Parts: sequence; structure tokens; C-alpha cells
Amino acid sequence: MDVLVQGFRHALRLLAGGDPDVLGILWLSLEVSATATLIALVLGIPLGAALALTRFPGRVLLVSAVNTGMGLPPVVVGLFVTVLLWRSGPFGDLEVLYTPAAIVVAQAVIAAPIVTGITLAAVQQVPEKFRLQLVALGASRRQMVWVVLGEARLPMLAAVMAGFGGVISEIGASMMVGGNIRGQTRTLTTAMVLETSKGNFDIAIALALLLLALVFLVNWALTTIQQRRAL
Amino acid sequence: MTPLLALHGVRLRYPPGFTLEVEALAVRPAEVLAVIGPNGSGKSTLLRVLGLLERPEAGEVRVGGRAVDAREALAERRRMATVFQEPWLADTTVVGNVTLGLGFRGIHGEVAARRAARWLERFGVAALAGRRARTLSGGEAQRVALARALVLEPGVLLLDEPFAGLDQPSRTALIADLAAVLREDRVATVLVTHDRGEAQALADRVAVLIAGRVRQLDDTARVFQTPVSEEVARFVGVETIVSGRVLSRAGGVTRVEIGGRTLEVAAAADPGARVRLAIRPEDVTLTLPPEQGGGSSARNVLRGAIARITVTDAGARVVVDCGFPLVATVTPRSLGDLGLVEGMTIAAVFKASAPHLLPGLAPHTP
Repeated sequence: MDVLVQGFRHALRLLAGGDPDVLGILWLSLEVSATATLIALVLGIPLGAALALTRFPGRVLLVSAVNTGMGLPPVVVGLFVTVLLWRSGPFGDLEVLYTPAAIVVAQAVIAAPIVTGITLAAVQQVPEKFRLQLVALGASRRQMVWVVLGEARLPMLAAVMAGFGGVISEIGASMMVGGNIRGQTRTLTTAMVLETSKGNFDIAIALALLLLALVFLVNWALTTIQQRRAL
Repeated sequence: MTPLLALHGVRLRYPPGFTLEVEALAVRPAEVLAVIGPNGSGKSTLLRVLGLLERPEAGEVRVGGRAVDAREALAERRRMATVFQEPWLADTTVVGNVTLGLGFRGIHGEVAARRAARWLERFGVAALAGRRARTLSGGEAQRVALARALVLEPGVLLLDEPFAGLDQPSRTALIADLAAVLREDRVATVLVTHDRGEAQALADRVAVLIAGRVRQLDDTARVFQTPVSEEVARFVGVETIVSGRVLSRAGGVTRVEIGGRTLEVAAAADPGARVRLAIRPEDVTLTLPPEQGGGSSARNVLRGAIARITVTDAGARVVVDCGFPLVATVTPRSLGDLGLVEGMTIAAVFKASAPHLLPGLAPHTP
């Protein structure tokens, strides 16, 4: 119990003092996960909308694959991204393994199915007759999809929350493709693992508090938007 | 006169396994054409085909006499507008909804807002312009939906049961307002409805669709007064359909024997022929029998006992046993004034012009 209280005290001191190491880690995590979420949105929203609005053979199989992807274990993603980016691998020439870019790639792979799946569900709950009404008012296919996405905007904010929340807290992939290099690829979660294993509970607790605060703030902001529009 | 929009040889299966088959159906400029028929008769499917929202398996949709192919569908669709039973408003403001279709056509900003305001005004909902669509009542929402369609100044307005979801007062008020707009602007309109009253209130012509086929297409009054078959007659509100034998024809009056009574009918038929007569309930009036002070100059006065009285919102439906069941509708006032009760003897009166001879029975069949 003493360790915990001590840890909290030290953690607050570290945060209040603006420890450059801790702030660097925080900034990197935020940057990497935000970029990965953005990429996931760019890929996942059109894909989810397309899957919701079209019918083709094999669609159910693809939707099942997306749903499976929503629960993709990060270590599995880490493994395959590592293999692909390995010096002798197909993308080895890019030399991005053990850089923040590699973490962005891995996290985008984790978040994209989440965004796709939630977009798919959100667009599908817009009634088909509403879509017919838009077409009957002269909407082209693209205009129709745009309005339908607008209708689904509230549930789709959940896609942003789930995507970002998933990747900022993820550890396996970041560790494997980033390598937890101090000052370069050390994120909140990988740093936490390291400090805990070294017995530096105070630093680990400080990082944990930061992570929780960060996830909370992002969700709070998005929930505020969502709930205000829902009224 | 080239029709604005027409179906030719259209065939299309629709759930749950019926087939819509329309040889020819044309919408004329400035007319209101009602397509009426029971549930499941294919009315909505027909409207979707007309609106280029569903492609028929065979046949074509013609605009201005020319068949529309798939590439032109969007452009042609933008000359029409459809309003469905549910308003399907987007989750934005009322004005945002009314300008939606204008936006699809590249009309934005001040111009769009002005046009939207004018149409909200015409449907009496200008005050709601800034409201969010989801806060509207059913009647308000449908007014917004109509404004959203008419703001597009469509060549043809397509309406699929637009009043069916409304309560009676909202519905009556909206039908009156829409009738005024259609009269003033002379917008060619196709109205799909299962409600005869709506067709009578709004339509110049009526097409009766039963089981996927147009059974009759004619001026509204003619469809209601002279249905071409028993099926159509039943659907347009004829309640009494009876068989009889023509006794004689003289001086423009045909005498028909039905159930032991002799009726005088204006319609022509050959003596000896078997005929089917259709009589609308509102054409039959009930009076006290002559010896009780009743009287009428009409040709047909049939005494009979009241078999059943069913009270409706417009009065009552009374079945009189005159040797055959004759159905009359009476107002709430006459129900009270005459003191109508089941079992009492009454005189059912109708003019010689009231019965309509249904075609279809070959003459002289026994």
C-alpha cells in the first residue's frame, strides 16, 4: 500500500515539474496514435460505407473478416508488420522498422477494422427507405452516401473513440515494431512496461495516470459533441 | 398531346411474388392522376418504376415520348420529385431539409434559402424553418417533405400514400392545402393511395390497380360512377352488387327484375338479358314508407326491413332487406330523425340513374 501512495506522490511531482522525458513520451504517443487513427478513418470510413451500401458475392465473408479484425490481437499485427518491414522483408528497403512510422503503420492496421466495422454498422442503421428518398430527390450515388454518412455521424464518433482508445492503450505491436527505444519510439505503454519491470513504480504510475487522463479527455470531448447533437 | 411520363409494356415482379404488368399508362401535363388499389396491388412498385427508382424487367419508361436509358436516369430523375408515406427528413434543420434536393442540383446559398422559404410559406410551416426536423409532429414533417419536393419545381410530382400516416385533422388540412397548390401551379402529379376519398379530392383521372394490373383508367367521376367490373366496383365503394333479369326496355327506361322486385334503370339492356347492377350506398336514401308520411318522386322505392346498422364516423351504413341486401349510407342526423333501428320497415329510394350495369355477363345467359 505504501508503494502505491509513494508512487502517486512521485507521479504528481513528475507531472507538475514537467519532466522532459515524460512529456516527450506523452507527445510521441499522442502523435503516433492520432496519426494512426486518422489513417484508419481515411481507410475505414469509405470501406465501411461501401460494405454497408453494396451487395456482391462474398460480401458476408468480407464483413465477417472485418468483424474479426475488430478484435485483432496487437501482437499478431506486430508480428506481421515486423516481418514485412524487416530488413530482408518486402518493405525492408524503406528502413522504417524501429521508428515511429512503423508504430503508426501497426496501429493503423489495428484501428482500421474497428473504424470500418463501426462505420458499417452506423451506415446500415440508416433506413434503406431514407436512401431511396435521397435518390428520389435527385441525389447522385456520391451525394447519397455523403448525406447518409452525415445521418450516421453520431454513431461514427464512436468509431473515432474506439479506434483511438484501442491504439493508444495497445502495447504488443508498439513494442515489437518500435523497439521501445528511449527518446525515439518509447510510448506511454511501452515505457510503463519497462519501468514496472525495473521496479520504478512511481514513474510507471505517473505514466498510467497520464494515459488514463489522455484517453478520458479525448472521450470526454467526443462524447460532449455526440450527446449535444443527440438532443 | 405527348405525355410527360409514361410506362410501356412494363413488367416487374414484386414481393411476395406478384407481377406488375402495365401495358400503357401515361401522365398528361398538369393533371393529377391517382393510382388506387388495395394493399399489395403493386401501386408503390408502379410509382417507383415511374420515378426511375426501380428498373422494370421488361418494357420502358418514357419521358416526353422517349425511352429513358440507364445513363440518363439521374438527369431525368432530377426533373421529378417523390414524397413517400413517411417524410424521411434528414437529421438537420427544416430549411436544411428543404434545400437538400436543390443542393443535389448545385443550387446553394441565398438562392436556395429564398426558394425554400417561399415553399415553407406555401405549406404554412414558415415558422418552423429553423427547427430541427426531428422535433416536428407528423403533420408538420409531411408538410416539410412536400415543400422539399415542390421546391424542386418538378415536371412530375410523385406521391406515395403521403397522407396515410397522418391523423384525421392533419390529413384533411394537408389535402386541402396540397389541392390548392396543385391547382395553382398545375403540377403534373401521380398520387398513389388506397384511400378513395383522397383520389376523389385530388385527382382528375384515376387508374385502378388490382393484383398488378390496371383494371380501369378514366376520369375520376366515371371510375366511381361506372366501374368496369365487380372487382373495381367493390374497390371504388359500390356496396350493392346484385344480379337480375331485364324485363323490358321502353322510353329510355329498362325494367329489371331482382329478387322479386322490379327496378327501373336508366342504363340500356336487352330484354331477357341477365345483368349485374351496382349501386353506390350514397345514392340510396332512406325515408319512412309512404303510408307513414314518406314519399319520393324517384323511380325506385323499395320497402324492406333494416337488417343491420353499422355506425361509422360519417354517419351509418344501413343494410335493408328488399328481397336482396341493399346498402345505404345515412348521415348521423337522418339516423336520429328517422329513428332507424334494426328490424323496422323503411323505404329505400334511388333514382333510375343510380344503378350502373356492370359489363361482363353475356346477354341471354340463363
